[in-house]
Amino acid sequence: MRPRTKHKIRMTFLGWAAALIVAFPIFWMTLAAFKTEIVAVATPPQLFFSPTLQNFAEVRSRADYLVFAGNSIVISVSATVIAILLALPAAYAMAFHPSKRTKDLLLWMLSTKMMPAVGVLIPIYLIYKDLRLLDTIYGLIIIYILMNLPIVAWMIYSFFRDVPKEILEAARMDGARPLQQVSMLLVPLALPGIASTALLSIILCWNEAFWSINLTATQARPLTAFIASFSSPEGLFWAKLSAASLLAIAPIVIFGFLTQRQLVRGLTFGAVK
Amino acid sequence: MANVAQSGFLRRRRGRQVDTAPLIAPAVLPLIVWAFVPLAVTLWFSLLHYNLLDPIIRFVGFNNYSFLLTDPSLFDALWNTLALVVGVLAASIIFGCLFAVLFDQEFYGRSVARLLIIMPFFVMPTVSALIWKNLLMHPVNGLIAYITRSAHLGVIDWFGNWPLTSIGIIVAWQWVPFATLILLTAIQSLDREQVEAARMDGAKRASMFYFIVLPHLARPITVVIMIETIFLLSVFAEILVTTNGGPGDASTNLTYLVYKTALLDFDVGGGSAGGIVAVILANVVAIFLLRTVARSLD
Repeated sequence: MRPRTKHKIRMTFLGWAAALIVAFPIFWMTLAAFKTEIVAVATPPQLFFSPTLQNFAEVRSRADYLVFAGNSIVISVSATVIAILLALPAAYAMAFHPSKRTKDLLLWMLSTKMMPAVGVLIPIYLIYKDLRLLDTIYGLIIIYILMNLPIVAWMIYSFFRDVPKEILEAARMDGARPLQQVSMLLVPLALPGIASTALLSIILCWNEAFWSINLTATQARPLTAFIASFSSPEGLFWAKLSAASLLAIAPIVIFGFLTQRQLVRGLTFGAVK
Repeated sequence: MANVAQSGFLRRRRGRQVDTAPLIAPAVLPLIVWAFVPLAVTLWFSLLHYNLLDPIIRFVGFNNYSFLLTDPSLFDALWNTLALVVGVLAASIIFGCLFAVLFDQEFYGRSVARLLIIMPFFVMPTVSALIWKNLLMHPVNGLIAYITRSAHLGVIDWFGNWPLTSIGIIVAWQWVPFATLILLTAIQSLDREQVEAARMDGAKRASMFYFIVLPHLARPITVVIMIETIFLLSVFAEILVTTNGGPGDASTNLTYLVYKTALLDFDVGGGSAGGIVAVILANVVAIFLLRTVARSLD
C-alpha cells in the first residue's frame, strides 16, 4: 500500500471519530425523539427499540407548538427582511461612494454589536412595558433588526464591493438613480451573497435566547423560549423534549449547512475569508 | 450623526451627483438610537435608588456601585464569568486547531464529516443545554452516568458538584465547532506550494505545523478569541435552564447576576450598576477586536 493511501485511511478513521463524537449528542437526541418516555429514561440506555412517532404527534397536538414555531418563523424572517432593506442603501453608498469616513462608519456599526445585551436589558424591559411591547412579536423584531443590522450591512457591503464598478458606471450614464441602481442592478447581481446574508441573519435570530426569554411570556414566545420551559422539573419528559428540540433545530441546521462559507465572512466581519 | 451629515455636505460641494447621507440614514439612525439611548438610561438608573417594589425613587449617586463593589456576589460573578470565558476559549483554540488540521487532510467522506463537526454551532442554546443536562449528564438516567457506572468509576453529579464546569462543557461544545469552521477556512487559504516545498526539504509534520501552519493561523485565532469572548461574556440561556446560577452563586456569571438582580429581585438601580460593569468589561475586549478588524479593512 502506498504511504499516501495509508495516511488517508488513518485520517478517515480519526476524522470520522472526531465528527461522530462531536455530533453524538444530536444523534442521541434524535434517537430519543423516537422513543417512548419509558424507553428514553431506561437503564441501560436503549440503542435498539421500536420507534414511535407518538412524541411528534403529542408535541404538535399541543396547539401552542405551532404557535411558537410560527412566532420563530415570523420574527426571524421579518427582522431579516427589514434589516436587509435598511442596509441595502447604506451598503451601496459605502461601497460605491466611499468617503474618508466610510471606514469609521463601518467600524462604528460593528462596535454597536459589542455592547452586551445585559447592559441595556433594564431600560429596554421598562420601556417595552410602558409601550406595551412586552410579549409581542413586534418587540422582538425591533431588537433583532438592530442586533443584526451591523452584520447585514457589513456583509452586503462586502458583496457589493465584488461587483465590477464598470457595470454600475454604465447604468449611471443611462441615468439610473441610486435606488434604481440598487434594486435593478446590484440586488440581482449580488443575489447569492444577499441570500447567504439572509440565511445568516435568520440563523442568528432563530437561535437568539437572551432577549427572547426575557421579553416574551406566552403570546410571542419563539421556540428558544418554549424549549426553555422544559427546564422545570415537572416538564421533564425526555422523549418529548427531544422531539420538540429536533423540530426546533432541524430547519436551522440545514440553513447553516447551506451557508457555511459565507458564514465565516459574516461572523468574522471579513477578517477571515 | 454630525459626521454623516457633514460628509454628505462635502460631497455635494465637490459637485459629485450622489448625496450619501439619505442612503446611509435608514441604517445608521436606528443604530445611533440603539447604541446611545438605552445605555444612557442604564447609566442614569444606576445612580438611582429604584426598586420596583418600592414606590420611592431617589438619586443616590454612586451608592449602587459602592454597594456592588462590597458585595461578594459581584466577585463570584466576575470570577465565574472569567473562568467560563477562559475555559471555553482554551477548549476552542486547542480543539479548533486540531480539528482544522485534521479536516484539512484528505479522507473518505470528508465533506459529510465536516458538516457533522460544525453542526453543534447551529443548535439553539436552550436545546443544547437541556439535552446535555438531561439525556447525557443526568446523574441517574443520563448516558454518561451509565457509562461511568458500568466502568465502576462511580457517578458524577455534574450540576450539583461541578456546575460551572458542566456549563463550560456545554458552551464549549457549541463554540469549538465555530472555532473549527473559522480556522479550517483560514487553513485552506494556506499557500500549498510553501507546504509542498517544506515537505520536499524533509520537514516533519510536527515542525511543519509549528513553523508554517501555526503562524498562518495566528490572526484567525485572534479573531476567534475576540469574537467568542464577546459572546461568552454574555452566556445566559445555558445557565438559566440548567442551574439557575446555583447552587448558591456557584454558576452565576455577570449577565445572570444582572438578570437576577433586576428581573427577579426588582432592584433596577443595582442591576443597572451591574450592567454598566458588564459594558465596561465588554468594551475592553471590543477595542482590541476593532483594531484587528480595522487592519483587515485596508
